[in-house]
Amino acid sequence: MSVVAATRRRVATLDRRTVAGAFFAALGALDILGFGLGAHAGDAVFRFSVGGESAHVPDLSLPAGTTAIVLGSLSVALGALYAGWQLGRTARRVVIAAVMALFILALLCWVDAGNSPLNIVGLLQSSLTRSIPLVLGAMSGLLGERAAVINIAIEGQLLIGAFAAAVAASAAGMLWLGLISGSLAGGLIGVLLAVFAIRYLVDQIVLGVVLNVFVLGLTGYLYDRALVPYQTTLNSPGVYGTIRVPGLADIPIIGPIFFDSNVFLYITYAVLLLVQVGVFHTRWGLRVRAVGEHPVAAETVGIRVIYTRYRQLVLGGLIAGIGGAYLTIGSVGAFGKGMSSGQGYIALAAMIFGRWTPFGAVGAALLFGFASALQNILSILGAPIPSDILLMTPYLVVILVVAGLVGRVRMPAADGKPYIKS
Amino acid sequence: MTLLAGEPSGGQAPTGPEQPLREEGPGFRQVFVEGIVYGNSVTVTALAIVTGIVLGGLLIAFSDPHVLHRWAHLFSAPGAAFSSAWDSASSAYSAMFQGAVVNIHSVGKAFHGGSISSVFSPISETLVQATPLILASLAVMLPFRAGLFNIGATGQFIGGAFLAGWVGFGVSLPPVIHVVVAVLAGFAGGAIVGGLVGALRARTGANEVIVTIMLNYVMEYLLLYLLGTAYFRRPGRIDPISPLVQGTARLPHLFGHGLRVNAGIVVALAGAAGVAWLLKRSTFGFEFRAIGFNPRAARTAGIDIGRGYTQVFLIAGGLAGLAGACVVLGTDFTLTPQVYGTYGIDGITVALLGRGAPLGVVLAALLYAGLHAGGVQMQASTQTPVDIVTVIQAVIVLFVAAPPLIRGLYRLRARPVTSETRATPTITYVGDP
Repeated sequence: MSVVAATRRRVATLDRRTVAGAFFAALGALDILGFGLGAHAGDAVFRFSVGGESAHVPDLSLPAGTTAIVLGSLSVALGALYAGWQLGRTARRVVIAAVMALFILALLCWVDAGNSPLNIVGLLQSSLTRSIPLVLGAMSGLLGERAAVINIAIEGQLLIGAFAAAVAASAAGMLWLGLISGSLAGGLIGVLLAVFAIRYLVDQIVLGVVLNVFVLGLTGYLYDRALVPYQTTLNSPGVYGTIRVPGLADIPIIGPIFFDSNVFLYITYAVLLLVQVGVFHTRWGLRVRAVGEHPVAAETVGIRVIYTRYRQLVLGGLIAGIGGAYLTIGSVGAFGKGMSSGQGYIALAAMIFGRWTPFGAVGAALLFGFASALQNILSILGAPIPSDILLMTPYLVVILVVAGLVGRVRMPAADGKPYIKS
Repeated sequence: MTLLAGEPSGGQAPTGPEQPLREEGPGFRQVFVEGIVYGNSVTVTALAIVTGIVLGGLLIAFSDPHVLHRWAHLFSAPGAAFSSAWDSASSAYSAMFQGAVVNIHSVGKAFHGGSISSVFSPISETLVQATPLILASLAVMLPFRAGLFNIGATGQFIGGAFLAGWVGFGVSLPPVIHVVVAVLAGFAGGAIVGGLVGALRARTGANEVIVTIMLNYVMEYLLLYLLGTAYFRRPGRIDPISPLVQGTARLPHLFGHGLRVNAGIVVALAGAAGVAWLLKRSTFGFEFRAIGFNPRAARTAGIDIGRGYTQVFLIAGGLAGLAGACVVLGTDFTLTPQVYGTYGIDGITVALLGRGAPLGVVLAALLYAGLHAGGVQMQASTQTPVDIVTVIQAVIVLFVAAPPLIRGLYRLRARPVTSETRATPTITYVGDP
């Protein structure tokens, strides 16, 4: 019996490897045939400075067609490597990342051939800022799920955070008050989630969806009722200015991307670091994970399961609320109906995609942020591919990865199951 | 899943074929009295609806600048404060009632030679709204019963709407056959999208929550892309909108051209009846529910879980696709990038309110549709934003989902927990592969 199962498993992994390898090779072929041979004549010029740095990085000019062919060949080789050899876990991941990077580079070459220079630093900068609400939302989900409470209400937490931040900052005329209000509003949804999930044992996925609908309705109603008629007093909060980190911001390429943004990016760094260290390297985190894996065992050694879950959800809400505040007082500068537009669900997917780890979630969030930024730049450049297809790509990639490459993910063992103290 | 089948719900408790055929049940009076005292599911649902409407009324009143102004002078003129709050909420709700059920003025006019159809037009609007809601929430409910969560009704709706619309404007067929083929194409379109989710879940263990969320976006962009291509764009238009569905492919009006209610509602009710039959009487349905209750046990009993997941999602997707077909062939007659509306998400809350039973879903969808149709009227006549309806709907579902809260609010006694109450599927992301 077990031999049969083992054989079947081996066949399945072999299949998966071959399919993935063939997929990489196909991407490479697309690079060669589509982007390489189909390229416009001329060079692709990549710019690496946004202006204002002390050290100037020269533009990189590449013959578009040839480069794409070289990149595509590399991709085909990697596909063959992936299918033919039994690679270690790290090597597999490196290959996947490399193939994606090669594909994107080839795409950029194709798009930019004979066009105005493409600002790589600007592209990466914009990717990073676009992923801020995703990262913060994913952290909110992660904190809850590590204690075994599923948080689908991230979307609602983002939206109400955006609303509260805009209103508070406009009414008081102080941005920091908006930031705090946004965070608190997110925390409030966290409290609601906790009360209904933990005290009233409502199914957590369903509860999250309902809370999202609730917030969508409430903010939409108040927007029409109050924010539209009193636009100047309630919905013109202004936006946080950028802060250059002295010294670090002057490093070429890296400086403008990572150290020349507004306060939200730095908050995100701090939150990310705190969550990573807190959850995996402290006694506090060990207890949280114990609650998520085996609440009964945790309770027997004296960990307060119910209290831990409440705390985690409220903390998560506070963090997602900051992410929401970013949407108004960190980027757009005004609240709009339903402005979170599904980013909470994307954050959730990023967290699962990242296998319930902070850095994994960040990686996935960056993928979405990059796709969104890339789409924006390509539409400015007038790329010869329909932007809708391009916008679809990150979602397709997630499906492919979830179905093929990641396989079965391991979530916290007690995730989604209510704990009834007996 | 405390809320779907969590309450001991009288005759609607899941009854499998293994149940003894006849058992002497309590009399009607006893059930009625116990229902009120202990707060059974019907009482809780009714109280939840009342509570939602009251809270909505408070929100309407206390966000009205006029009312707030009066409340600023609460201590000098308390009567005016309270009466203005009452007026604000009650005028909004009476407008809502007139938009959803019947408008008294039009009844009066009908007696004096006015049009009869204007009397029934609010009910007709409610039924029109209810049609896709019923089907979309069946699409959410069926996987629920198998322990799966379908957030992807939106994507499946788009798949169905697209294929139905395409058959509707791109193909020429004889009258009756055309509409039947178009509706079936809608089912197929949704089933393709849904079946993909089920197959991925069965074959690779891919988490259906992620896959459905992602497929929603993929389908939204795919629709936008296709409507932008020359083949699917209406001639002479630059915005993404498809040609009009041919007359032969349109769902016929049920009560004349004055009322928008069409054969879609019949399709929806047939869908509900079909799902009820499937769950209660068929082998499929028995297997779905067995998987939902305990996948391991179901597998041990020889049920092919993977095949079950695929089938559930095929049928669910088809139902959501029918919702899309009903919208395109029944009311819109064209495809636009926003054709999917909020039916997918509303389907989730309706499925909850309906407590996972087809009849419950139909009733809940009617309530939602009434609130929505009435909300539009309310916004037109009292300038109360229609979003209040969403708030009321969410609050109702929240309360329905938490019976102990309602019992606590209204001081109802809780019935002791029985083993039957506990034996309900719990939905998490990743069940057993």
